[in-house]
Amino acid sequence: MTLYDLIIIGAGPAGITAAVYAARKKMSLLVISRDIGGQAAWSGDVENYTGYQFVTGPELALKFEEHMKKYDILTKEGEAVTELKKAGDILSVKTVKGEYTAKTVIIASGKRSRELGVPGEKEFKNKGLTYCATCDGPIFMGKDVAVIGGGNSALDAAIQMANIASKVYIINNTSRLGGEEIVREKLENNHKVEILNDSRVEGIIGDRMVNGIKVSIQGKERTLPVKGIFVEIGLLPNSDFAKELDRNEIGEIKVNCRNETNVPGVFAAGDVTDVPEKQIIIAAGEGAKACLSAFRYLSQH
Amino acid sequence: MKNVKVYSTPTCPYCIRAKQFLKENNVVFEDINVAADQAKGEEMVKISGQMGVPVLDIEGKIIVGFDRDEIKKELGI
Repeated sequence: MTLYDLIIIGAGPAGITAAVYAARKKMSLLVISRDIGGQAAWSGDVENYTGYQFVTGPELALKFEEHMKKYDILTKEGEAVTELKKAGDILSVKTVKGEYTAKTVIIASGKRSRELGVPGEKEFKNKGLTYCATCDGPIFMGKDVAVIGGGNSALDAAIQMANIASKVYIINNTSRLGGEEIVREKLENNHKVEILNDSRVEGIIGDRMVNGIKVSIQGKERTLPVKGIFVEIGLLPNSDFAKELDRNEIGEIKVNCRNETNVPGVFAAGDVTDVPEKQIIIAAGEGAKACLSAFRYLSQH
Repeated sequence: MKNVKVYSTPTCPYCIRAKQFLKENNVVFEDINVAADQAKGEEMVKISGQMGVPVLDIEGKIIVGFDRDEIKKELGI
């Protein structure tokens, strides 16, 4: 079995940046990922990635991918990692399709959408209920929809849907929307948007497809006749395979300022870690740091 | 060559990847943008019984999502 210098798990902004750095250091390298682009590919408009005054998430993700493909990097796409183990100095990464070994590993597996956990959610997934406004939004042209959540990604989804749908309800469980002030103002001034604060989703209803959502608004039950439901209530880290690593209470992998985990040779970067602030530009920077740390580790071991 | 249709939106990452995959394998396909054509969007919902993109129609066999193994099997590649 090939023993790589480095295996990178994940190919979002952190993983791809680490891969570019590793390729330029001529490290022997394998990238394993379920998808390419990570959450960046699912983002709407990006206006805070330096050098791009405006770019969409999918466009930026394609740029990342093109950059990675400029180098001859072995990539296993569509493979989910199930286990990471260390025996002696050898790290082994098991996936649904095989097993690979390396001297160092960078975990950059990011986060996935959190689910609502209400009746109807599973039955109506992809039948009106979606976790990706960027992907499925256009199907709801001219229809009434609800966006669940009150953070940046919910506001982002609401902005996208306000351009497509005829009416957008924002169902937010706190007393005021979070997110960026500039985006919040845009929504508050949009006549198509109705913001429902202190609201909780009770269930999703429909027959073959979604035709409504039951909401408790400040304690009062109401059914909103919507055809589309966009769930944007935060994220969970993809760290289940990394059981030997120290993780915080929400499952994020703990790293120090050199991106080292508690296991020597294992580094982590981006949204899967406990680094504060989850941003594309931060994930990319962390990926670069993790690769340089792995490179230093290899030269010392 | 089998008749292949891809129902997609321009912004969906798995749509982009599915189309890229077909191109890499020299598969000719009809690219249907459901964001621009509402009637085609409804057609997609009807044939697939769901509202997520991408949907592939390979000679009447409907594949929901970018299911690489299923696509390979259906196209014999």
